[in-house]
Order: sequence, then C-alpha cells, then structure tokens
Amino acid sequence: MYTEKVMEHFRNPRNVGEVENPDGVGEVGNPTCGDMMRITIKVKDDKIDDIKFKTLGCGAAIATSSMVTELAQGMSLEDAEKISRQDIADALDGLPPQKMHCSVLAADGLREAITDYRSKHPAEEG
Amino acid sequence: MEKSIYMDYAATTPMRREVLDAMMPYLTDEFGNPSSLYTLGRRTRGVIEEARERIAAFLGADPREIVFTSGGTEADNFAVKGTVYANEKKGNHIITTPIEHHAILAPCHYLEKRGFDVTYLPVDEYGLVDAADVAKAITEETVLVSVMHANNEIGTIEPIEEISKVTRDKKVLFHTDAVQTFGHIPTKVDVLGVDLLSMSAHKLYGPKGVGALYVRKGTKMVPVMHGGSQEHNRRGGTHNVAGIVGFAKAVELAEKEMDAEAKRLIELRDYLIAGIVERVEDVRVNGHPSKRLPNNASVCLNGAEGEAILLSLDMENISSSSGSACTSGTLDPSHVLLAIGVPAEVAHSSLRLTFGSTTTKAEIDYVLEVLPPIITRLRAMSPLDASWGKKC
Ligand SMILES: Cc1ncc(COP(=O)(O)O)c(C=O)c1O
Ligand code: FES
Repeated sequence: MYTEKVMEHFRNPRNVGEVENPDGVGEVGNPTCGDMMRITIKVKDDKIDDIKFKTLGCGAAIATSSMVTELAQGMSLEDAEKISRQDIADALDGLPPQKMHCSVLAADGLREAITDYRSKHPAEEG
Repeated sequence: MEKSIYMDYAATTPMRREVLDAMMPYLTDEFGNPSSLYTLGRRTRGVIEEARERIAAFLGADPREIVFTSGGTEADNFAVKGTVYANEKKGNHIITTPIEHHAILAPCHYLEKRGFDVTYLPVDEYGLVDAADVAKAITEETVLVSVMHANNEIGTIEPIEEISKVTRDKKVLFHTDAVQTFGHIPTKVDVLGVDLLSMSAHKLYGPKGVGALYVRKGTKMVPVMHGGSQEHNRRGGTHNVAGIVGFAKAVELAEKEMDAEAKRLIELRDYLIAGIVERVEDVRVNGHPSKRLPNNASVCLNGAEGEAILLSLDMENISSSSGSACTSGTLDPSHVLLAIGVPAEVAHSSLRLTFGSTTTKAEIDYVLEVLPPIITRLRAMSPLDASWGKKC
C-alpha cells in the first residue's frame, strides 16, 4: 500500500534524534490516531541550519517526519513554514488516502518549532 | 533467513494440498449442478451430502442441522438476523459481547437501528464473560444470546458450557462464533450446549469463501439468502461444490490431527510469549494465560506503534498483525483491547502473532531474535521521554 519512497524513508529515516540546545521545539500529537512527534531546530541567519525529529507512530508518520526534515533542511524560515502536508506526501510519491492525516503531524510539528523559535527570538524578526 | 515466516494464521491459513486434490474434480469434470436430476447432478449432490455428514459427525450433530454458507461472516449474519427476525413475536432483545468479530457486531448495530435492543455484556481484563452476567441480562424479550467461542485478537476462550446452562434454563437461543476454534479445539455442540455455531473453512487449511452454520433441530430461522430451495429453503443459491468438498476434507484432516497439533502449538505459544516478556521490557500480554487459543500470542509493546512494528517485521520476512489504530482503517484502536480495559495509547502498540502447521521452533526463535531490536529502535525514535510536554 505504501510507495517505495515511503518504505525507504521508513527503513532509513533521516535526521532522527534531537539537535543540541535547540532554538525551536515543536511538539504535536495527532488527534486522529494519538500519534506523537517532536521536531527540534537550530536556526542561523533566518535559515534552518539543523533539524531532527522523534516520532511515535505508523509507517507513514515516520516517513513523513523524515521527509519534512529533509525538505526543510537549509530552507529559510519563511519557506519552511509554507511546507504543506500535500508537499510532504508528494515528495514521498503519494500516501494512501486513509494515511493523509499522518502527514499533518510532520507539517504541524515543523510549523510549531518555527513558531517556538520566533516567540523566543522576537528581536531577530526583521 | 531468506524464507518467509507466516505468523497470521488467525487471518487465514494456507490451503492444504490434500484439500486441493479433493476439490480438483469438482472444478473440472464433475461440474454438475447438485440440484439437477440427471446423473452428473446426482453425483455432486451426493458429495455435498457426504461432506455434510462428515462435518455434522465432527460436531456431534445431525446432517440436517448443517447449513452451508459462503463463510464465517454469512454464518454469523444468518445466526443473528435469521433467528431474531423469526422470533419477532417473542421479543426484540439480543445479548452479545463487545469483543465479538465485526461479523456479529455489525449485524447487531444494524438491528439496533431497526428497533432491536442489544445488551453488550461486560468482560473482565482477559476478555472473559461471566455466565452470571448472562443470567442477569436475560429478560422476557430476549431471543438470542451470542458469545464467541474464542476471540480472534486476544485468543481468550469463553466459558460457553457455563453460559449454555443459563440459556437452556431460561429457554433462550444461544449462538457461538466458533470460526477461530472449529478444527482446532473440541467443538461438540452438545458439550458446548449451543443452538447455533458458525464455522469457516479457510481458518482450518480449507478454501476461502465457504463455511457453515450449525442450526439445532427445531430452531426457527428466516433465510438470509432468499432464492432456490437449497439447504431446505434456508439458503438459496447453487452450492459451492468444490468449496464444500474442500471444507469437508479439511475437517477430516483436522479430526485426525487436531489434538496433537494443539499440544504442539501450546508449547510454541507459551515459549514465544515467555520469550517476548523476557527479552522486551514493558510488555503487556493480552488475553487469558491458559484459557487461550493454542496458536495465539497477543502483546502490547508499549512505546512502539503497531503498524511500525508490523512493517519492521515484514522487512524481516515475518507476516504479523496489529490491532493498532494506524492499521485498522477506522483509526480507532482495536475494540477488543479497549473493551478489556487497555488504555488507547497502549492498545496502539499491539502485536498479534498466530501460528499453525508450518510453524517451527526455529521460526519462533527467529522472531525472538529480531523482535527486541525492532522495539528498541522504534522506542528510541519515540518522543515520549521525560522531557515530553516540557519544551526546553
Ligand atoms: C471470530 C471470527 N468470526 C468471523 C470471521 C469471518 O469469517 P470469514 O472470513 O469466513 O467471513 C472471522 C475471520 O476473519 C473471525 O475470526
Ligand atoms: S499517524 Fe497514526 S495512522 Fe499514521
């Protein structure tokens, strides 16, 4: 049911763990199924300099978490914030319809980490 | 290990070679319609009656009490709808359990919408029903009690003999879904004391899409399948001749091998469960420790998610099953685990391994070797640590 790309990210998830002394932390739970995720980011020059995730969830939850860290790595905060669940699903060559909600976790987790960073660094907002 | 390891026998079993051989003539030359009067038809009519006798004998029943169906789901639907619609004058109350298969629960939900009352009995932490609760639940209006013989997820075997004492005493029809037990542990209808019993061939090395309902003589039923006069007007439709022959062959083999096989599987089961508990921390064993299907191991591996466990095992060529929300399609964790009081977040981490004829101790050892590192890896990926909810 999963694409080869989803399985590849499930087998070898990128950027698992937590960055040291994170500048932003996003913690989200998936209300639909109870799965959970934490994204930690390091920010440099308004760009995502380092990003890691930890996820408790299904294959799609792990693969989308992995993919969002890969997509966001090196991106400006402004662009990273715009990554949608559809972008993540597309990057994985699609998700089964009943698994689309899993990608919400990854998109929301990243946005929350950025919001957390901004709340702690209001001065740096140009 | 290159070989693939199948540990989902509760979902379905591989059909045996002897079963296929028995079926083959009826998929080729012996194609006559059993309802036809000429020789070709009479021959297939004959084999269906032989199959019926074989299955009836195995149940300790009369051949006329066997109604062939398209499987367990149809047998369950027939048992529930067939009896309550035939007894509408008597009452409109059904008693069942919250841990039944959807083939019982869905017809009950359907009937509730049409004005029937359904009582869902309480179950204990193992999923056991108490016969005393059945006695308390029965009213003047009760027409049917349906309690499964053994649960397909957690393996618990229900006290059917005790419950039937109550239903006999109160003169209420008693059905049991024996899809998981038929051909695996004894299911003599007079010992169990049931009036109706569901079976499905593909759970005992027979073909898919064929099963039967045992209906005790004198039980009023309306047909679920209106059509021709087959099965004494209880189930219309040209018989699935090859399927029925295969079903009977599977029963014949089960009759010979069942007791020894159950013993062998119980040993493997207890070895596997003990091995998991020993090697993995924070494990919950689901279901009763001894009143349990010989081939069922069900556990919750807290802190790892069921589908992720299942996919990881599949990468090691092991086929398994999970009752986690993420695998269910409905996104709710297993109704069985919730009913026995497992918290939703724990139910999320469930893994069911069910085995059978091809399972060896070497395969169990392989599972015990690969499972612990899978759980360690998934737990290491989980954000639920001491700092969860306390952003730096
Ligand atoms: C307890 C139980 N009842 C009913 C069924 C349905 O049987 P079938 O697949 O033959 O329709 C199953 C099998 O999935 C089962 O385990
Ligand atoms: S995150 Fe739970 S179903 Fe995917």
